[in-house]
Order: sequence, then structure tokens, then C-alpha cells
Amino acid sequence: MAEILKRNKALAVNPLKASQPVGASLAFLGINKAIPMMHGSQGCTAFGKVYFVRHFREPIPLQTTAMDQVSTVMNADENVIEGLRAVCEKSKPALIGLPTTGLSETQGTDIKRLVRDFYAAHPEFAHIPVVPVNTPDFTGCLESGYALAVKATLEVMLPHKSNDVGKRKKQVNVLAGSFLTPGDVEHIKELIEAFGLRPLVLPDIGDSLDGHLTEMESSPLTVGGTPVTDIASMGESIATLVLGNSLHEAADLLKEQTSVPDFRFDSLMGLDAVDAFVAALVEISGKPVPEKIERQRAQLQDAMVDSHFMLGFARVAIAADPDLLYGYARLVTEMGCEVVAAVAPARANILNEVAAAQVGIGDLEDLEIAARKNGAQLVISNSHAVETARRLGVPLLRAGFPQFDLIGGYQRLWVGYRGTRQAFFDLANMLVEHGHHEPEPYVSIYSQREEVGRDSSRQVADVGMNPDLQQHRTGEKHATPAPSTTH
Amino acid sequence: MQAKDIAELLNEPACTHNKKEKSGCARPKPGATAGGCSFDGAQIALLPIADVAHIVHGPIACAGSSWDNRGTRSSGPTLYRIGMTTDLTEQDVIMGRGEKRLFHAIKQAVDSYSPKAVFIYNTCVPALTGDDISAVCKSAAEKTGVPVIPVDCAGFYGTKNLGNRIAGEAMFKYVVGTSEPLPVPESAQRPGITVHDVNLIGEYNIAGEFWNVAPLFDELGLRILCTLSGDARFHDVQTMHRAEANMVVCAKALLNVARKLQTDYKTPFFEGSFYGVTDTSMAFREFAKLLNDPSLTERTEALIAREEAKINAALDPWREKLRGKRVLLYTGGVKSWSIVSALQDLGMDVVATGTSKSTEEDKARIREIMGDKTKMITDGSPKALLGVVKEYQADILIAGGRNMYTALKARIPFLDINQEREFGYEGYSGMIELARQLALTIQSPVWASVRKPAPWAKTSVPGIELGA
Repeated sequence: MAEILKRNKALAVNPLKASQPVGASLAFLGINKAIPMMHGSQGCTAFGKVYFVRHFREPIPLQTTAMDQVSTVMNADENVIEGLRAVCEKSKPALIGLPTTGLSETQGTDIKRLVRDFYAAHPEFAHIPVVPVNTPDFTGCLESGYALAVKATLEVMLPHKSNDVGKRKKQVNVLAGSFLTPGDVEHIKELIEAFGLRPLVLPDIGDSLDGHLTEMESSPLTVGGTPVTDIASMGESIATLVLGNSLHEAADLLKEQTSVPDFRFDSLMGLDAVDAFVAALVEISGKPVPEKIERQRAQLQDAMVDSHFMLGFARVAIAADPDLLYGYARLVTEMGCEVVAAVAPARANILNEVAAAQVGIGDLEDLEIAARKNGAQLVISNSHAVETARRLGVPLLRAGFPQFDLIGGYQRLWVGYRGTRQAFFDLANMLVEHGHHEPEPYVSIYSQREEVGRDSSRQVADVGMNPDLQQHRTGEKHATPAPSTTH
Repeated sequence: MQAKDIAELLNEPACTHNKKEKSGCARPKPGATAGGCSFDGAQIALLPIADVAHIVHGPIACAGSSWDNRGTRSSGPTLYRIGMTTDLTEQDVIMGRGEKRLFHAIKQAVDSYSPKAVFIYNTCVPALTGDDISAVCKSAAEKTGVPVIPVDCAGFYGTKNLGNRIAGEAMFKYVVGTSEPLPVPESAQRPGITVHDVNLIGEYNIAGEFWNVAPLFDELGLRILCTLSGDARFHDVQTMHRAEANMVVCAKALLNVARKLQTDYKTPFFEGSFYGVTDTSMAFREFAKLLNDPSLTERTEALIAREEAKINAALDPWREKLRGKRVLLYTGGVKSWSIVSALQDLGMDVVATGTSKSTEEDKARIREIMGDKTKMITDGSPKALLGVVKEYQADILIAGGRNMYTALKARIPFLDINQEREFGYEGYSGMIELARQLALTIQSPVWASVRKPAPWAKTSVPGIELGA
């Protein structure tokens, strides 16, 4: 059990944290024909938009209630009602997500009442679900904001208790956590389908933010994602797969409302974690594991054997949101690595389980200090850690949000046997490429060899060199007459 | 910040349209608003000052999604790239501990990073709870011995543009005039050349582009005391009052600084740009004119003749590729006219341009450069932009990064012209990079690939047989 170190400084330096409203918006972006509208000043939305545009390299639908000085001081209720009306009228969305921000929370908004007021004032939009969610940025982080939005979506879409478990015999609910990339979600769906089941993923950023060109040239709403009408049918599924510890409260609600039995997974990286997931699919479907998946598992095992030389005892520093931090720590320790620095931006239950002696609540400066002190050889974190890793003189494996300097980073597959295998390959290659310590070349005091200098790499290079070049080089070396030696 | 202070900032006598209704007074429309807030604008304007610790006072949303995402470059210190925020917690907000945290945060920044100064950006939550950041800054400065400058720029005060003004105002009020420039070193003196001190206001050195131009200033004997704020240092800003002439680069956002320097220190200024051959030459001529030094004028003309001849020869092959290509330019209007001039230098045809954020003067200037036939776009929604691209058969959309994926999703060539871009286009030599980037996207073979249907797809055109 990891010791949790509290934040102990006034100034956050090189923040690791992204805000709750940003996380909530991400969850809503995984719903089809939806749009999130943050209740705050226009900057809250503008920053969130740029954040996601740069990460996903996609247009991102995101609106704002545009609180200005007057509405901030006096009352911003009308902004919410007017904003909802404008979006409904102009874009005809299937769903509107309405996360609050630090500004509207400090003002003391009653966001749920405002949604009721909106429907009272505009009954013509009663068919468009609006999901209000309290997500101030002075608590939590991206992951918790996302989880709150998933829970709020279920609250709105499943208002009544149902008892229709298994009415749709092949349908399996998947509550997908914020640690999953679009590539991950896609793969998870493939795994589930391989067992003859139909996955209903909420939210499904694998369908909306996977980056694909469509016939539609532009859209003010999300293109792809969980169909809103499907959400209402979650009570008819045979099982729910809960991916991510952060979604437990949402899962509790779903179970409470629908009685659909659930299977919970804190991570889908590493052999054990994926085995547990696949075993659950066997149990749910009653079918044996398909040959193809068995093969992927065997491939992973082979990769583990191959890469354990490089990864054993490797000292790793990780900074990420809690679920992701837990997942990576578990992944690398399964290979014999040691997590010597671990930082999360905010508290969460799962942090106690992280495979490290200590977990700091903090920023990338904290990670840098711990990594330097404990001699980390590799950093796993987002694109902001590029400078951190450079100063530490170690390689960086980019993971989590945001990744703005890596084409395709948003799409990378991490989970399942296949994703795990590639992660091990990449980690091993990074460590090899970055060098390990060999003894300095030693030249005996009695040596009468002719080599100049002690550059061992040059000697090695000479051996495999084109003979013409080698002759030339040798000629150079012999520019000064060598003392005669007998063989 | 009080309402009357904001009104004061929106009143800019140096703008010709000042007598009209203030655009800042128009309230943003809920559910139909795009663009950044005052904090965003203030941070953009000042963050490039490289040896300053920039602390964002507020909960995480403001700094968390915005730090380390500007393309501005420094030739020396990199302190400006370290993200700093008080990251206020719920307890801080409820218990009113924001001021205390800010004070300790300043001390921590000074202790760990030894900055030349500390800038404090106020944001929505502490502005609403009423943190007195000026008082905290004052006492922290006394305690640490380092200047601590409050920039009161909460997002709800207004737009990005207002934020720029707030930033300029803060510099003028607290920094400009607090130190003197060092004398020109003997080693840098050249016979026959009188060194003149100048400032560039609103130049951000995106992707290092100003370094295309800076050597020419040296050659002419123009010492740049301060570029506000690309590759600037705190001391540069302190000495701005000593310049003999100021140039407001591209945008009007920091016009208030130039105007106040003129009123208080009698420094003349002009508005110009370094985008395009014509405008770059024009900028040097304007300096020579304001400085009124016959030798400088002579050397300036010689330099222009030399550089123009050189660049025109180098651009010829690119002009072959780009001549007659039709451009839709949507910059939100701020820099429209300066880019238009650059594109015309390349022989391209600007068929439409955005003016939603342009001032009246900008619009007049666009008309002057392009004539009346160019369409001025006020609706910047993706759908509207794509409509104009089709209607005017544009070959390329040039806009900010925000619109990049609008173009790409519609399979239209695109050039990024905003803050986050990775290439510099200023000056004579910057034109080559601009031409290269334009040709690269317009001529790319990917457009044909992504526009054609899959071989097995049913064609929507009736009567054509499916492939065998």
C-alpha cells in the first residue's frame, strides 16, 4: 500500500492537472450528436477547446454560457437558459452536457434547478436531454470530472429503476474510464465482439474521437459516440463491464437503477489485468476464448520473456491521473521495474493501491525532484513532461492528456494483450537506446598497442567498416611512424 | 478591477473608430460564443517576457489547459516556459485563504527560480471572492526585494482583446520607466552610424520569426530597447520610455501602450507589419522617417534595394507555383491586412477575408489594399467558412489553429497563422518559408487521394459503371 504524500507547497509548478470541467466535457464528447456547454466565462471553454483540438487533432464542439462582468456579479441564471435555448435551436443536438466551472460554482449556481427552469420556459425542447453536472475546478482533476459526467448522464438517462436484465441477450454495457484512448476503446469493443457479444460503450470516444474523415464536412456536434437512445437500454443488458476505479460511483448508480450485474476492472494493461477481463467475457458469454485471442496472449508472453532483460530493475517515474498512474505502475512492476517516483494531480481511492512506496499529490516539479533523487531511468507522462525528461536526461514515454507534440498519440493502443505487448517493446527499446552503464574502457599501463585515444565506440565501428574506408582511416593513424613491434 | 476601469480601457483615443460603440460593450452571447477571455489575452501579451516568473492566481482550469502552449521563442532564459499557478483548492476558496497562498507562492517562486520579476495574473474565482492582489503583490515585493506586478485580468471582464489592453496598461503603470537603458557599448559603435533606440510593440517572436528581421535593425544602427513582448526581458520593458520611435506591430491590441508613450514621453509611433516584402520595407522606411536622420534614410533605402532584389530572385520559383491561387483568409481580422500584403507579394489572389474582429481602420486598410471586390466575412462558423470556400472556389484556407480541422475535415488545404504555429513568416527571408508552407499544402498529393471514393464504392453519379 502506497503512502500518499499531501501537497505541501503554495505554488504549483509545471502543473500536471487538467480541470474537472475539461474532463466532464471529454465524457460528453463520447456521446453521439452531443455538445458540452461549460457554465462559466468564455475563456473556460476556449482553453478547453484548444486543449482537446491540439490533443486529438480534431474539431471539438464546445460551447459556453459566456458569463461576463454583469452576470458574474448579478446573476447568471439567464445565461444558462439562453445558452441552452441557443444551442437547441441552432444545432438540434441529441444531448447537451452542462458542466459547471470554478466561476459559476463560486457564484453558487444551482445548475439542476436551472435545467428545470429551462424546460419550463422552453417546453419545445423537452425532448433534448440536458445533463447538468457540478464540476468546479478547485477540486479533483480531469479524471474525476469525467467520472462525474458519466454518473450524471446515467442519472438523467435512467431516471427510473428497471428490471429488464438480459432482455437484450447479447448486449454488454461498458463504462469506459478516462484513461482509455480511442484506440483502446476500439480494441475493447473488438474483444467483446469476439465473444459474440454486443458492446454498448458509454462514453464511446473510440467512435467519436478516433479521427476519421466522413462525408459530412462540418458538424457543430459530435460525429459518432454512444447513441443517446442506446443509453436508455442499458438496463436490458446482461452485464456491465466497469473500466476504471474512478467510475465506481457511476457503476454503483447503474447497478442500483438496473440491477445489471457488473464486473469491475481497475486496469486493462498487463497480463493479469487482461486475463481477468477475458475470463469475465468467457463467464458472460459462456463461450471459450477464441483462438485469435489465445494467440495474442501467447505473443504477449513471448514479448515479456524477450524484454525482461531490459526492463528488469528499471527505475521508472510516472505522473498521471490516478487510474492511469495505477495502470502504468502495475504494468511496469509486472516486468520487474521499480516505480521510484509517482505523482498524481489529485486524490483518489485507487492511489493507495499504486505499486510504489509513495505517491505524491502534486505537479511535474514534484515528479522531477523525486525522479532525480531516486535515479529514475525513464519517465511516463504527458507532453508537458518533455522538458522534465530533458532536464533529467532520460527518455519520455508519452501517455495521458495532453499529447500535443506527438502525431497519433491520442490514438495509441495500450490495453489488451496487443497493447501491452507494444508497450513492453517500446519501453525496452527506449531503455536500450538510452544506454546502460558499461565499464569505461581500460588501457593497461603496459600496453604497447598503437590506438590513439580511448574511444571504444570508434574501435568497434572500425571493425565492421568498408575495407576501403578502413584503409584510409588506418593510413591516417599511421601518419606518425609507429614503433616496430614483433608478433 | 472596477467597471469604470474596464470602460476606461475600452476607450482608446488612438483608434479612429473610438467614437463608435465599443465592441467590448457588446455582451457575449451564451451558447454562441467563441474566443478567449481577458486572462487569455493578457497572458498572450506578457508571457514571452522570458526572465519573469508568470504566476496564474486561481484554480487549475486557467493555467492547467494553457501553460506551455505558445510558439513564442527566447534567445536566453526559459523561465517563461515554466508553468506556475496557485492551483486554488476548495478550502482556499471557502476559507478565504487565496491571498495567503498567493503570498507564499510568490516567495516560493523567488526562492526556487530567482526571477527578475514576478507577474501575477488574476483570474475569475479570486476576482469574484475579492482577493486584493495589488496589496499582496506590494507586500511580497517588499518582502522578497523582487518587483511583483499585478495583472488584473479575470476572464469575465471581457474578451481577449481587452486582456491585451489590461496587460499593456499593467506594463505602463508598473514597469515602464522604472530603469534606464545601458549605454551603447563602444565595441558596437560603427563610424558614420548614429545609434537610435526604438521599441516594437505587439511583436511576439512566434517560432523565432523576428530573428529573420532583427539583424537588419542591427545593420541600420537601430537598437531595439524592447520588443513587447517577444524574446523580451523585464529590464527591456523598464526602459521603453527612452525610445525615439515606436512601431506597433500588426495588431491594435497594445495600441494603448504606444499612445501613452507618445503622450507621456513624446515618442512618436507608427503601425506596421513584417509580413510580406512590401510591408517589411515600409516598416524600415517609417522608422527612418520618424527618426529623421538623413544618413539612416540613405542606408535604409540601400538595404531595402538589396534585400528586395535578393528576395525577389529567391521567390520567383515559388511565385510560379502560387500565382493566381485563390485564398480565403480568416484570421478573425486582427492581422488580415498585413497577411494580405504578403500573399499579394506572392502573386496570390485573396478572394475573401474575415473581419469580425477587425477595427474600422483595419477594414478600411483591407479595402485600400484589395479593392471592393473582396468579400468580407463576419460569420466565422465552420459551416459559413466552408460555404465561402466553395462559393469563391478558394484553393486554400488560411486561419488560426482553431479552424485547422474545419478545413482538413472538409479536405481543403490549410495554413495556420496563429500563436501556436510552428513556422515563422516575418521579414524578407520569412517569405520563403511562407511560400514553402503554402505550396506544400496546396500541391500536396493527399488531397486527390482523400477526395476520391474507394474503388468499390458505389458512385453517386448515375450512369457510370462500377469498376470491374
